[in-house]
Amino acid sequence: MSAHGKSRTIKVGYLARVEGEGGLYIRVKDNKVADVKLKIFEPPRFFEAFLRGRQFTEAPDITSRICGICPIAYQMSACQAMEDALGVKVEGPLRDLRRMIYCGEWIESHTLHIYMLHAPDFLGYPDAIRMAKDHPDIVQRGLRLKKTGNELISFLGGREIHPINIRVGGFYKVPEKKALESLRDNFQWAREAALETVKWVSTFEFPDFEQDYEFVSLSHPDEYPIHEGRIISNRGMDIAVRDFDQTFEEEHVEHSNALHSIIKGRGAYFAGPLARYNLNFDKLSPLVKEAANAAGIDSQCHNPFKSIVVRSLEVLYACDEVLRLIDRYQKPDKPAIDIKPRTAIGYGCTEAPRGILYHRYRLDEAGTILDAKIVPPTSQNQKTIENDLRQFVPGVLNLSDEELTLRCEQAIRNYDPCISCATHFLKLDIQRE
Amino acid sequence: MQMKTRKPKLAVWKFASCDGCQLSLLDCEDELLAVAGEIEIANFVEASRAVVQGPYDLSLVEGSITTPHDAERIHKIRRQSKHLVTIGACATAGGIQALRNFKDVKEFISIVYATPEYISTLNKSTPISDHVFVDFELRGCPINKMQLVEVISAFLNHRRPNTPPHSVCVECKQRQTVCVMVAQGIACLGPVTHAGCGAVCPAYNRGCYGCYGPKETPNTASLSAWWKHLGTSEESLVRAFRGFNAYAEAFRKESEAHEAKK
Repeated sequence: MSAHGKSRTIKVGYLARVEGEGGLYIRVKDNKVADVKLKIFEPPRFFEAFLRGRQFTEAPDITSRICGICPIAYQMSACQAMEDALGVKVEGPLRDLRRMIYCGEWIESHTLHIYMLHAPDFLGYPDAIRMAKDHPDIVQRGLRLKKTGNELISFLGGREIHPINIRVGGFYKVPEKKALESLRDNFQWAREAALETVKWVSTFEFPDFEQDYEFVSLSHPDEYPIHEGRIISNRGMDIAVRDFDQTFEEEHVEHSNALHSIIKGRGAYFAGPLARYNLNFDKLSPLVKEAANAAGIDSQCHNPFKSIVVRSLEVLYACDEVLRLIDRYQKPDKPAIDIKPRTAIGYGCTEAPRGILYHRYRLDEAGTILDAKIVPPTSQNQKTIENDLRQFVPGVLNLSDEELTLRCEQAIRNYDPCISCATHFLKLDIQRE
Repeated sequence: MQMKTRKPKLAVWKFASCDGCQLSLLDCEDELLAVAGEIEIANFVEASRAVVQGPYDLSLVEGSITTPHDAERIHKIRRQSKHLVTIGACATAGGIQALRNFKDVKEFISIVYATPEYISTLNKSTPISDHVFVDFELRGCPINKMQLVEVISAFLNHRRPNTPPHSVCVECKQRQTVCVMVAQGIACLGPVTHAGCGAVCPAYNRGCYGCYGPKETPNTASLSAWWKHLGTSEESLVRAFRGFNAYAEAFRKESEAHEAKK
């Protein structure tokens, strides 16, 4: 259909450079957006159903299979929920090791998105491999940075994807101080590469697109939130993780196999790097604050297209944090705390690379899971992505269908959506009438 | 005289899965650009917007068949593919989502979704080989990325991939890991599990939990007897064999045998 006609439909049958399967349908009537549907047709896999009857010790390994890109997030939220249920707290060096491996996942996942999935949009390439023909050094740097994150995950977790060393109560095996220190040189290189990444992405051109969002993230009194904290927002929310179900609810809409999560009585919200950054800027290290300043990013950033810069700042933070934690590490006496099952309900929430990831489990006296609930970040952002497109599309309707489709895809990729997680994405479908 | 040769075309396809196995290709940080120099990445939507029409020389398939639509889609992919290789436990055995195969899927839908009529799904999660001819199956949850590079290289050079079908035990010996079952009494699926991971769990003081599925000719009954000797209950044995490769025949039969004894 003509770009200049009165009505127009844009369809992206199969969204590329996102994790999982989805599509987008937009109907435009008289130059107004009449309908936006982010369609998730990733087939459902029913994790919450088959977790019933499994042992509490199995939840970290089983739920990690929800997502191959952020398995540690699933393992950590599951462990935290089980430890909450069973009345134990992982502290000291074991807690530091968890934070360290989680930093590895942020580095690996964010760098994948920055270099391989998102940057090609800004520079006009279909993918990073073709981008590498013109910018070999930049793509090589991205690959090595991503590899540094993966090497940390392999070192502490046994392997990059679905690590095997994380358990309820701690780890199966903890490293010697000396072995951990062997990673230091790599992370010193990575910190420099992360700084270069921030500089590089801050030179991109960003559409002028600021929205008034309710940002939701964890918050911790002493540190930038990764694996522990209360859930807060910029509109006054400040709740314990156990109050998640009273504050949020999930809706089942026809066009998506992923449930839509909303704040009760208020609606859509925004989770992920931008939310963490805006709500916790003061907890970033001096190096990161300085880099943000140099990149022209204020302590508040409400433009989702600039999420690529914020993601780069978080990679820099994660590298800085790994170095700090390596320095203070002392090998603990035992790799895990002893745990006894009991009848209880436990709640866990950690910051997956894409935003808060909530788990809740009810256990019987033998530690068997009676029911489970999992709310992944992409299902929380689905409504906000649709709202963004409603606001964004009218300003770019003069573009050809091809260009418009590309810009819509970019607007979706701002959220680094992980559709495997959310159904546990994207075909674009724009209809102009 | 220089021969003009066309680069072989590679396609990557996804069914019900976690994306982890195709991510392994992007996790080949040192090899990715070299691989991309030898082949044309013609269809890999997780990595690229550019899609080149088939037919394809090599199709890598991730994920299991769980919907009526996917059961048709896999036939179209087979018709466009000279060679079709499945990657990972979902594609070769139905994956963790095959746990539905032991239950009533309608009950599963109503546990997760408020409006069950919106959900289109099959009763069973099945491997790709239940639907089309598969040239080679690469095991693992997740696959080993070096084995993936080996498989791609083998198909490009018209030879069989070198991925030994022996047990994880052999890899423990190669790695010089002391047997966790003998020395520490830790229940381990290593003796019946296909090699490929590099025996990572025992190296971390943990028993193997069967990510790579059954080895060739596994003696699961004998291993179960050992586990019982270590104090494992029938319920625990059912769960042990009902993991990421629950629907692989040898593991399925063993779990059903213990379920009957519960």
